[in-house]
Amino acid sequence: MTSNGKPKFAMYWAASCGGCEIAVLNIHEKILDVDANFEVVFWPVAMDAKYKDVEAMEDGSILLTLFNGAIRNDENEHIAKLLRQKSKILVAFGSCANEGCVPALANLSPVKDLMDTVYTTVSTENPENLRPQPTTTVPEGELYIPTMYPIVRTLDQVVDVDYYMPGCPPESHQIAAVIDLVIQVLQGKAQLPPKGTVIGAGGSTVCDECKRKRDVKHIKEFKRIQHVMIDPELCILEQGVICSGSATRSGCGALCPAAGSPCIGCYGPAEGALDFGARLMTAVSSVIDSNKPEEIERILDGIPDPAGMFYRFNMAGSLLRASRPAWDKK
Amino acid sequence: MERITIDPITRLEGHGKIDIFLDAEGNVANSYFQIPEMRGFERFCVGRQVEEIPLLTNRICGVCPEAHHMAGAKAVDAVYHVDPPPTAKMLRELLYMAFYCTDHTTHFYALAGPDFVMGPDAPVAERNILGVIHKVGLEIGGKVIQMRKYGHTVVEMIGGRKVHPCTSIPGGLTKGITKEQRDEIEKMGHWAIEFAQFSLKLFNDIVLANPQYLDLIVGDIYTHHTHYIGLVDDNNKVNFYDGKVSVVDPDGVRLGKYAPAEYADWIAEHVEPWTYLKFTYLKKVGWKGFTEGKESGVYMATPLSRLNASDGMATPRAQEEYDKFYKTLGGKPVHQRLAIHWARLIELLYAAERWVELATDPEITSDNFRTIPTEKPTEGVGIVEAPRGTLTHHYTTDERGIATKVNLIVGTTNNYAPIQMSTNKAARSLIKNGKVNEGLLNMVEMAFRAYDPCFGCATHSLPGQMPLEITIRDAEGKTVDVLKQFID
Amino acid sequence: MTDTFEPTIIGFTCNWCSYRAADMAGTARIKYAPNVRLIRLMCSGRLDPTFVLKAFASGADGVLVSGCHPGDCHYVEQNYKAMRRFYLIKRLLAQMGIEPGRIKLLWASAAEGAILANEINKFTEEVRALGPLHWNPTQGIEAPAHAQPLVEVTA
Ligand code: SF4
Ligand code: SF4
Ligand code: SF4
Ligand code: FES
Repeated sequence: MTSNGKPKFAMYWAASCGGCEIAVLNIHEKILDVDANFEVVFWPVAMDAKYKDVEAMEDGSILLTLFNGAIRNDENEHIAKLLRQKSKILVAFGSCANEGCVPALANLSPVKDLMDTVYTTVSTENPENLRPQPTTTVPEGELYIPTMYPIVRTLDQVVDVDYYMPGCPPESHQIAAVIDLVIQVLQGKAQLPPKGTVIGAGGSTVCDECKRKRDVKHIKEFKRIQHVMIDPELCILEQGVICSGSATRSGCGALCPAAGSPCIGCYGPAEGALDFGARLMTAVSSVIDSNKPEEIERILDGIPDPAGMFYRFNMAGSLLRASRPAWDKK
Repeated sequence: MERITIDPITRLEGHGKIDIFLDAEGNVANSYFQIPEMRGFERFCVGRQVEEIPLLTNRICGVCPEAHHMAGAKAVDAVYHVDPPPTAKMLRELLYMAFYCTDHTTHFYALAGPDFVMGPDAPVAERNILGVIHKVGLEIGGKVIQMRKYGHTVVEMIGGRKVHPCTSIPGGLTKGITKEQRDEIEKMGHWAIEFAQFSLKLFNDIVLANPQYLDLIVGDIYTHHTHYIGLVDDNNKVNFYDGKVSVVDPDGVRLGKYAPAEYADWIAEHVEPWTYLKFTYLKKVGWKGFTEGKESGVYMATPLSRLNASDGMATPRAQEEYDKFYKTLGGKPVHQRLAIHWARLIELLYAAERWVELATDPEITSDNFRTIPTEKPTEGVGIVEAPRGTLTHHYTTDERGIATKVNLIVGTTNNYAPIQMSTNKAARSLIKNGKVNEGLLNMVEMAFRAYDPCFGCATHSLPGQMPLEITIRDAEGKTVDVLKQFID
Repeated sequence: MTDTFEPTIIGFTCNWCSYRAADMAGTARIKYAPNVRLIRLMCSGRLDPTFVLKAFASGADGVLVSGCHPGDCHYVEQNYKAMRRFYLIKRLLAQMGIEPGRIKLLWASAAEGAILANEINKFTEEVRALGPLHWNPTQGIEAPAHAQPLVEVTA
């Protein structure tokens, strides 16, 4: 392994959509700073993978690894462990690595259900009712594909994580700020925050960044966005459409509410919230304007999918992590 | 039996791998291109509020979330039987054109360009974007970055975010644009047209003017006589956002056009146990395995397919290029896979022209960007052309608008069978009697690039650099040789 | 099996009413099932949905929430707040595969020790009938013994 003496940098994707990588590439010229200050040793999207080089490296020899993507199968887990071993600082980068993100909604169903659905859709012709197998014997030999685990897990449920950087994807200006910070640390001009810190985000909520007016108004009905002309000035939640802003960590600048669309919570739980959905349920129940059980129930009928609504990004990182049918073999 | 494993993005990436088996004589017995991941969106979108699905399906792919957001938006419109006002449709299409310009640019300059600009015989070390910049001048790199920035700026203005837009809902959009934004968008659009023309000129000067390169396209080893599909408007002109899907056979004869709601009559998916990704084919023709010709249901959906399946382009400059394309390559349809790159640039020009058309429509800044649905939600299909192929989203709901069934046929899936065929063909022609031609990597790599497979949709990889590795093992599994090369 | 199963139930009780009721039941030697571990809150309105989720995630088979009768809350309206949260959590739990019968909301004044004891016993039997929950989402995750190494290291 040749080295130019600069600290080593790596970025990796496990079960992810690639949007986190795009967000990093979108920092444009800042990428040059990365190049100037680090030796990029491993970054599949931007350079040759050099996996064997990684394996041959000494433990802890990579200074900084940004890891995006969740742990869905045995391959993801294997690489997470390897990179942990080789990296001094491992950052869970993006919602998938932090909390499972949208693909972790799969934790509401057993893997068998996922398979049964995907391989029997209306457009699928599957007369022999086949499912992909980890090992398949074909006339010429055996073929292998990775094995899906029963549930999606977050990075820190598999290995020890040093810092957390939320967002789906993290906003590019936040990424640039984090890179700046690390470079300053390298130059001795700043210090690393304590282990476990959430970086590249704020310490309050999206509501705190949102320009919409809140009047502490209560509501008699939850509505779906397609049925409401959203007033451009007022809080979306107070207009009866569920907005996750109050449970979500600040950092994006409240982009979605500014575009007339509710915050859907991609920056994960706000500082101090142990469970995103619990925090959001608290906020949502407090805008309900009723003390009568039947009326409350009727109003709650306006939230037909609490699990999907309150754990859109956080299922894998939530206290319950998965629905019982997904993990209970009985 | 001897086995050769080609690992694009290496096994560790888990994004796709090719196993080639040799027979006793050392010739190719068969090859398998495997996709090692499945996420199950079709299952976990069920039970969700249907208007959320265009947000959830964004997360299928961070390279083309715009495509999923648009197909999803059109599907939820259909579910609610609501026709968005013209302004909403134009804004969505405008966002989409900006996205197309960004995406096609990235592909051409970062991935495909090097093959052509530097030539397939150039040393690997030079066949990358840096090599291109070196050869045609420094300012080209700046232009590529500029194009990408402009595209993302428009996506954010209309879609609310740069990656994973959030503004499309049943019946339209959650916001419109201001006159100032429009002015800015128009300016960027004019720049995009110039950039597209510049790119075509570059292609013209370097590739078409060079008989050796032209031969490469015409004599393409990846010629497959397959069917083609692509979205067209009422005049059978290529359209990315709306219309019907035109289907043509290998002779270029149009078999018909289907509306989104009719997709399941035309397209079917085949399952193999050795890969997580399904293989699509034309249902009316049937699955006959990985074979070409009129009798095989295998089709392709790429920029080239869209050109083959249409009667032309809806904008004047792009139409000129379309005519030139078929004149140069000997008429319709064109079967050579390397021509996909050229087709992509013609589409880039169309997207830029359409961008300006939309930005200069007086209705584009209207406040009328929403229609509130009044009907009960039921079922709907939305189709757009993703850069990598026809994208179909199909949702069924209960009367509360909760999804009960979700079906997705994503861009790259359309091309899974042809890619498998191209790989197979390359392997067969370059591995003979146990001798593996050093050009194998090169050929496989070029095949991949032409299709621009984005397994972010199918799985999650980017159309970024693809390290290819071929491991050759003897019958006991012992490594005999390793061929390795990185695609920059 | 169910007759030997002793469910673990976590009870969140309001300091001013139900906790006292439980206390009273104790001093009056009214027996209630020992399965319930009571956690005292100053008011049912303090009930954070996190507590309920944490209880289940940590192995509880049932969760009891109790507070002052509607209208009697020390902090005026806080128990209505608890009620709204409770109904919402219950809906969520159902989606997560936790039967509605594993969570109960109960109003009991400080004087209602016997009623409370009776309700606790009833609830304990109901949860016992539902069987163990033993939340353990990572059960069954094991790396498969692969026929082929995950990552091949070639020369
Ligand atoms: S966090 Fe969001 S952008 Fe990043 S990989 Fe996951 S889905 Fe994609
Ligand atoms: S709830 Fe949403 S709309 Fe209301 S203030 Fe918070 S972020 Fe803004
Ligand atoms: S508003 Fe919410 S959903 Fe939108 S980008 Fe910010 S954190 Fe993410
Ligand atoms: S004080 Fe008992 S519920 Fe509020």
